[in-house]
Amino acid sequence: MSPRITMAVAGRVLIQLRRDRRTLALLLVLPCLLITLLWWMFEDTPVFDEVGPALLAMFPFIVMFLVTSVTTLRERSGGTLERLLAMPMGKLDFLLGYALAFGAVAAVQAALAVGLSVGLLGLDVQGPVWLLLVVAVVDAVLGTALGLFVSAFAQTEFQAVQFMPALVIPQILLCGLFIPRDQLPQVLEWISNVLPLSYAVDAMQTLTETTATGDVWRDLAVVAAYAVGGLALGAATLRRRTA
Amino acid sequence: MTSRGAVEIRGLRVVRGKHVVLDGLDLTIGGGVTGLLGPSGCGKSTLMRCLVGVQQISSGTVQVFGEEAGSGQLRDRVGYVTQAASVYDDLTVAENLRFFARVLGVDKQEVDRVVQSVDLDSQRDRVVGQLSGGQRSRASLAVALLGSPDLLVLDEPTVGLDPVLREDLWALFHGLADQGTAVFVSSHVMDEAERCHRLLLMREGRIIADGSPAEIKEQAGADSIDAAFLAIVRRDAA
Repeated sequence: MSPRITMAVAGRVLIQLRRDRRTLALLLVLPCLLITLLWWMFEDTPVFDEVGPALLAMFPFIVMFLVTSVTTLRERSGGTLERLLAMPMGKLDFLLGYALAFGAVAAVQAALAVGLSVGLLGLDVQGPVWLLLVVAVVDAVLGTALGLFVSAFAQTEFQAVQFMPALVIPQILLCGLFIPRDQLPQVLEWISNVLPLSYAVDAMQTLTETTATGDVWRDLAVVAAYAVGGLALGAATLRRRTA
Repeated sequence: MTSRGAVEIRGLRVVRGKHVVLDGLDLTIGGGVTGLLGPSGCGKSTLMRCLVGVQQISSGTVQVFGEEAGSGQLRDRVGYVTQAASVYDDLTVAENLRFFARVLGVDKQEVDRVVQSVDLDSQRDRVVGQLSGGQRSRASLAVALLGSPDLLVLDEPTVGLDPVLREDLWALFHGLADQGTAVFVSSHVMDEAERCHRLLLMREGRIIADGSPAEIKEQAGADSIDAAFLAIVRRDAA
């Protein structure tokens, strides 16, 4: 692994994103629009304060999952991954390069979404706002890691996109957005306990409800551990030698 | 051009699914321009992938400059061009090359040099996706030239190029070979064979003829490589 190569990958991914203006605009603006839609739907009710934090956790995760699974699938099928692996590139260089680039985009995305929710739409946040951003970025890296991993199991971009309902929607259903997790049927609560998005949502909710940050750091550590695990699984799917 | 023993292959066997692609192949490749000729599907690409170390092999050894193919020490000494242009369509030619140059850790001036050597100077700031097929494959070739590797493995680098460009590229390969690079290039276009120092004819995973173009024509008693290939295949089948 070398910082030079990791940064080269991150820089290259960012240049590619900058060239794809439409994707970039969707990445940054769409979460803001959806959050605003929700705020508007529940005007004059306390609902936005309840679901707002969950949304802030969901968007970075979903968006980065989708973008990463499609872009790395392109690297795999277009031959550029094979070429890179035939060069002096470590697997970690490749993975961390992607994680860095998309983590940076996620930071901007989260800054816009949090700024909008807290500044304009009046979302009540008791804890430190910067910590919301940290949770969002770690959450995005988790999405990137899972996206990298599933891209190994998809042959086409179509299939890659289908992994979204398979892996992401169950997490959204069980993360506490629709019903608090402790009110779920017992088995489903257990399942929600092992899904990483639950912890990201818990962290966001804690931050809006209280100024104590101990639980937030614990949840954050769980999400980060899943992200590292996802990257390790992703590394296992990057093979220099293929059939 | 006699061998320096750039590549030593012993008993190489590759099985893909149930299909045996290469079965106990022995081959030594030295300096100069070595051409690998054969119909598509005969195992050319698989053999090339073995040299670069990206192909899973069942048994046998592939050594490049005395190291196992694909080992860490070799990765900046071997340049590889796949059949499909392995460059990023959404980056410009120069951006692609700057990226790969950083990965390889070679000087930025290398980018200018390789762009010139594949004659893409006027296209260097255009996005690769907007280039013609031939220009894209030249961009991909340029990446392989970065850092002047000691072995160049080129899988059909001249497909879809006009005759003038093909001529230029062959001159480039010979220039590199003269400077000491071992060039291993595959093609299914027989007329390109004449320009190789040494020719390998491949069919169904086996090398059925090996020698200079003149030697091969003489062996087969034919006056073109095309006719020689046909004669050798017939003799081989009999």
